[in-house]
Amino acid sequence: MSTTKRVNMDYAAGKPVDPRAIEAMLPYTKTSYGNPSSLHFAGQEAKRAFDEARIKVAELINAEKVESIIFTSGATESNNLAIKGIANRNKESGTKIITSSVEHMSVVNPIKFLTTKGFQSVFLPVDKLGSLDVGSLEKELDDKTTLVSIVYANGEIGTIEPIKEISKIVHTKNAFLHVDATLAAGHVPIDVKDLGVDLMTVSSNDMYGPKGVGALYVKEGIRIEPQIHGGGQQKGIRSGTENIPSIVAFGKAAEIAKAEMQLNLEKLTKLRERLIEGLLKPLPYTFLNGHTTNRLPDNASVRYSFVEGESILLSLEINGVSVSSGSACASKTLEPSHVLLATGLKHEEAHGSIMFSLGRENNLEDVEYVIGLMPNIINQLRAMSPLTPKELKK
Amino acid sequence: MYSDKVMQHFKSPQNTGEILDADGVGTVGNPVCGDLMTMYIKVKDDRIADIKFKTFGCGAAIATSSMTTEMAKGKTLEEAMKITRGDVATSLGGLPPVKMHCSNLASDALHAAIKDYYKKQETSAEVKK
Repeated sequence: MSTTKRVNMDYAAGKPVDPRAIEAMLPYTKTSYGNPSSLHFAGQEAKRAFDEARIKVAELINAEKVESIIFTSGATESNNLAIKGIANRNKESGTKIITSSVEHMSVVNPIKFLTTKGFQSVFLPVDKLGSLDVGSLEKELDDKTTLVSIVYANGEIGTIEPIKEISKIVHTKNAFLHVDATLAAGHVPIDVKDLGVDLMTVSSNDMYGPKGVGALYVKEGIRIEPQIHGGGQQKGIRSGTENIPSIVAFGKAAEIAKAEMQLNLEKLTKLRERLIEGLLKPLPYTFLNGHTTNRLPDNASVRYSFVEGESILLSLEINGVSVSSGSACASKTLEPSHVLLATGLKHEEAHGSIMFSLGRENNLEDVEYVIGLMPNIINQLRAMSPLTPKELKK
Repeated sequence: MYSDKVMQHFKSPQNTGEILDADGVGTVGNPVCGDLMTMYIKVKDDRIADIKFKTFGCGAAIATSSMTTEMAKGKTLEEAMKITRGDVATSLGGLPPVKMHCSNLASDALHAAIKDYYKKQETSAEVKK
């Protein structure tokens, strides 16, 4: 490696745990290790810590009751619990599930699984910018629909979906609205009451809490079928001894995210704007994926014609920069991202996509460093590519 | 994920570019799948005197292209026809299993270029007749 500089711009894949969250969890790993189900002192201490964490997560999304927060092992479990929990619980009244074509696999695959059990699924289209086609939702929504599951914002394109508008439409019928807010919660203001959301997935690591813990908000009065059966913890919705240290750290992370949201939102939006401008300007045939303004503050998704994403990723890696790519070659399936294809990109266009996700640690220097690297990387790869048009070659 | 050798070839690919007056040209792959490569060969006395490539693809696609040109250069056409995907992968210190088939197309492109050369030879021989 020619340089020791390391810049992480793949924070959507994993974030460091905030030191204050680590500090908060430590006592619950060493001295206060009780089980909240126990009636003795240690158990009650754990129970109090659990309750406090639940308050903090509830406050972050303005949940009406702390009991509306169910802790899980992470966003994947929360999405599974919401989708299977609602679908199975309500299958007497309907078996149709509506979702979008820009969902995370932890929403796509539970729904696909349910279609093998007698449910029907509809994947609604999005426009070129990745916004849900709400007209198609109105058309598809019927009395047999029990669940609509829409992502708050997908990390591959960053576009924030019109959740409030979607919620109004969904509630003209008897359906429930689940929102996967994994990448949004803790980053942009979210108010489940104002949005009119019935269930919401929240992730700990995505807001600088530990991995392996998340939450599902379930609106008061809504009943879902548990997916994990056991000792009846968390009102029987999610059995298993609560992961107190992680839950405490998650609670702390949620508290910090709320307190510092405006600061981080402004800082990251500025960095994102500069990054997008600096990536697009110097190179022809370079495009932004997703919405120009209505997007996650930390997300810049860009595609370069005539080159392949993994080779851009590796070239950046050689220069100490970590990113994600939307190309087939970076995936296990060898298919380009379904999210990018849903925005109308051709396969070869999707292959040239690179996702930058910023974190609190990034600064303007990092952004300028990456901007400075790109022209050389892209020009070298384009010079090597048989797809590059003649006029681009020197 | 990749071996040092793959990264070395990715960082400094050998024999990139095209040969304008190539004796044989072979293209394999498809941009839809994320890999497209073209090999250009110059033949002298039945040997590959010069070889260049152009590749659109992932790190493995670029590294296998570069390695294939190095392995083929100076070889007789018959020898070059015997270079397999497996040989290229082995010379690179191995490839991740998922890349063995999708991105390891360079030897196919080389064989296509040699076949193109033979075909052109036949055509020009017929013209001479």
